[in-house]
Amino acid sequence: MARTAGSDPERQPPGALAFCLRLLRRQLVLAVRRPIEIGNPLLFFAMVVALFPLGLGPAPDKLAGFAPGILWIIALLSNLLTSDAVFRGDFEDGSLEQLLLSPQPLYLSVLAYIAAHWLMTGLLLALVSPLFAVMLNLPGGALGALVLSLLLGSAVLSLVGCIGAALTVGLKRGGMLISLLILPLYMPVLIFGSAAVQAAVNGSAAGPYLAILGAMLCLAVALAPLAIAAGLRISIDA
Amino acid sequence: MPPGQATAPLLSARSLCLERGGRELFRQLSFDVLAGHLLQIEGANGAGKTSLIRILAGLSRYGFEGEVRRNAALLYLGHLPAVKALLTPRENLAWHVAGEGDYRPAAIDDALARVGLCGYEDVPSHALSAGQHRRVNLARLYLSDCPLWLLDEPFTAIDRAGVEQLESLLVEHVERGGAVVMTSHQALQVSYEVRFLSLLEGLVL
Repeated sequence: MARTAGSDPERQPPGALAFCLRLLRRQLVLAVRRPIEIGNPLLFFAMVVALFPLGLGPAPDKLAGFAPGILWIIALLSNLLTSDAVFRGDFEDGSLEQLLLSPQPLYLSVLAYIAAHWLMTGLLLALVSPLFAVMLNLPGGALGALVLSLLLGSAVLSLVGCIGAALTVGLKRGGMLISLLILPLYMPVLIFGSAAVQAAVNGSAAGPYLAILGAMLCLAVALAPLAIAAGLRISIDA
Repeated sequence: MPPGQATAPLLSARSLCLERGGRELFRQLSFDVLAGHLLQIEGANGAGKTSLIRILAGLSRYGFEGEVRRNAALLYLGHLPAVKALLTPRENLAWHVAGEGDYRPAAIDDALARVGLCGYEDVPSHALSAGQHRRVNLARLYLSDCPLWLLDEPFTAIDRAGVEQLESLLVEHVERGGAVVMTSHQALQVSYEVRFLSLLEGLVL
């Protein structure tokens, strides 16, 4: 095969968007080939939801009062459990070095990683959350607010969680540190997420809370990839 | 472009100093890598060869003094193969995170055949040996169009025939106007002028 520099169109780097989609596909294929990683957060969600009636007592109206908070806290914790692993595999096998040396914009590449993480955790959790909500006797009218708030909120959680993942990926035992680093940043999402569901339960409008979650998402999409890119460069440098 | 011709260096390093753990690994290291150069970095274990290559590649950006100027696209192959165990060799190359090119399936098959992985294209990589992982990574040398190659111990875990083939590939690359900077403990068996860089003494011809 003759190889002359610059003459072959296939040797041109793919466009940033095409590369992003390729990364997203790669991450999704990797996740699907290890289904336990997808199943773990869902199983965690199911287990903890099943534990609450045992701890709080099975009175349906009591559970219904706590349900918005419980569901949101579990979603947050299961996100925290999985965000540690986003860059770890790539760090260990050297792919991360190659990603940092790539001519592609790291901002967008990082977004592809986060999108894959959100599709595998946040989106799935939001989609199955009505089932768990019914287990906790959450009123049917609040299910829509729950799903919407989880869709928006979990995306923010993924973005923020990946900042911690990027900063701790070089450490052997980063699990505890990542919790300390990013839990404070998770708080606003938890407050407005559970408030949205609570508002829907009380019959008032959930819209304002969802709007604030949407604003957080916009802010996180704009800023988190910058922090993640910087965190990855520091972690690879060490 | 014949070697030795005066052109802009693909890579130039100016007065690099690195200290690790209270030990000075190298100081005032300056050199240029021009098209047609085949440069081998020499040094004992722990001498700082990998640190230097990572500085040259731009992976290490802090903790050293001096300046590195990169004027060409570079391909860096480090100690880690960057091969995903859950992907097949073909997928590993087609969806490589380095994002250098859109390779046709035929080009990927050809590169894999050249590194001796014909018939393994669609086997999950976790079924391959360590040497075969390295070979998947080396297949990128056949696909890449980057003029500057930074190779850290490319011969590790490669069998003798593979080493010979790799050596001739390196010579082919520099003769075509590329440049190679590599670390290796083995002497290169090539009929081409190899430049040596000693971390303590600088460029030795």
